[in-house]
Amino acid sequence: MVKMISLGPNDIDAIFLSGKVAAVAVAGSLPVGFAVAYLMTYLKFRGKLLMEVLITLPLTLPPVVIGYFLLLLLGKKGWLGPLLESAGIRLIFTWKAAVIASAVVGFPLLVRSIRIGMESIDPQLIQASRTLGAPWYDTLFTIILPLSIRGILAGSSLMFARSLGEFGATIIVAGNIPGVTQTIPLAIYEYASSPTSETMALSLCIVSVSMALGILFLHEVLGKKLSQRR
Amino acid sequence: MEIRMAAEKRFGKFALAADFTIVGKQIGIFGESGSGKSTLVGLLAGLHHPDRREIFLDGECLFSSTKRINVPTEQRRIAMVFQHPNLFPHLSVKSNLLYGFKRCVENNRSITIESLVGVLKLENLLQRGVNNLSGGEKQRVSLGRAILANPRLLLMDEPLSALDDTLKFQIIPYLKSVSEQFRIPYLFISHSLVEMRLMTDQVLVVANGSIVDQTTPDQLARARMEQSRVGYINLLRLESPRRVDGLFAYRWGDRELLISAGNEEPEALFELSSRDIILFKRHPEAISARNLLPCIVVSTFPAGNRIGVEVACGDQRVVAEVTEQAVKELEIREGVDLYLAVKASAFRRLD
Repeated sequence: MVKMISLGPNDIDAIFLSGKVAAVAVAGSLPVGFAVAYLMTYLKFRGKLLMEVLITLPLTLPPVVIGYFLLLLLGKKGWLGPLLESAGIRLIFTWKAAVIASAVVGFPLLVRSIRIGMESIDPQLIQASRTLGAPWYDTLFTIILPLSIRGILAGSSLMFARSLGEFGATIIVAGNIPGVTQTIPLAIYEYASSPTSETMALSLCIVSVSMALGILFLHEVLGKKLSQRR
Repeated sequence: MEIRMAAEKRFGKFALAADFTIVGKQIGIFGESGSGKSTLVGLLAGLHHPDRREIFLDGECLFSSTKRINVPTEQRRIAMVFQHPNLFPHLSVKSNLLYGFKRCVENNRSITIESLVGVLKLENLLQRGVNNLSGGEKQRVSLGRAILANPRLLLMDEPLSALDDTLKFQIIPYLKSVSEQFRIPYLFISHSLVEMRLMTDQVLVVANGSIVDQTTPDQLARARMEQSRVGYINLLRLESPRRVDGLFAYRWGDRELLISAGNEEPEALFELSSRDIILFKRHPEAISARNLLPCIVVSTFPAGNRIGVEVACGDQRVVAEVTEQAVKELEIREGVDLYLAVKASAFRRLD
């Protein structure tokens, strides 16, 4: 077993980078995901169906396709490339690109889970809050947010776990640069391509499984605690 | 309080067209399920917006399609008590109670939590979570929360229908006394005639999305006597029970009523169906019913193929129900002296 786990400095970097990319992707997506979930749950507007389809689309597309589109969008000669360059922002082949890839791929999971949380709130609780003098934004933060916390937690866990495993879109937009953009799946991919690095690949697989298990356990424990609080 | 509503609202196939003006403090909205009561209340509270026309409360325009006015729900100062208590599950009893109070402008905060908890008997519940409260406790907290928002109008949308009968009649005194004590006019919505009569002094009757009648709850009960399975329900609040031969004797004006379903409580509410009262022209020689009282006919009114007879026993009145043939045989008309008989078991205690 001791022989099975062998991690080099680049592997440690990949583990930390994976955690960082996933955490930043979740943290950055949460406010937007919450707002989108709110819009989709409580508001009626034209084009809602189209918006729903677009939000879910990354869930059904091959991640490589998403990565390619992101490259078209953010690349040097991409649609937003010149604009980003004039602002001094370079995203492609940086860890930030990995964050964007993870965020786009995991976003539907986040929104869906938050929506499920919001849809489980009795609409009369919201009506009660409004008749008690709370404007919509007050109701949003004092009733809807705390009551959909389990959905937020579930969505965040799923998105975090999905981000840890993100490969296809990341390799296209961020590349596979050890110590810079190489996350756990990319490192495993590299080791798997070399016949002498089986142990290293297996070590990272074990780390990956442990991290995923840790997140799922944390999700369950927090979920149970929140249930008990009610 | 004056409510003036001329509003139209369509939800799919259902259309509400309400056009009425009503002035009062304890107003009822009566109608069957699906008649449009809750929609009407939602329009007033601002939870739904009329498709057109206008709504006024005490002269203030809350909605007008022509003037493009739509006062937001939170600014209307119309609090609601719902069928289910709808307490915020993540907040304690105290935080629930204070939710509306904290959002109320300071100048309008005439009712405080200290003045309210005693009336609603919530002192020992304040620090508790709301999920372990009993149904009655939850509804009291819900009522307290609405009152503490210091509203100018309280809407009670079938607040008793989710409670069992015993609990229902325990809550009614709270609903009434709290709004009376803190001088908050209310609109009480229900499909129960008994609740209407206990809670309101005038009623708007809603059917198929329209206001079809504006009357008193007692007149409404009399008008519906024929349709009712149990006839007209006489509601008797009786006091000072004492035990007599295994029964309870309650004071009823200057008379006494013997009731088997009594208890030791100093006051109790009973119902007595108009169909459980027997009228006699003369004093019967002997009778098994334990209540035999002289009475005088106050009025009669038709109720389908039956006749309602309102009789007075001293200063107390009840309504009996007889056939047209009985009216002829007993020569029933205003001012005629009769005897009424009621079995001790015919009274049903409500609270």
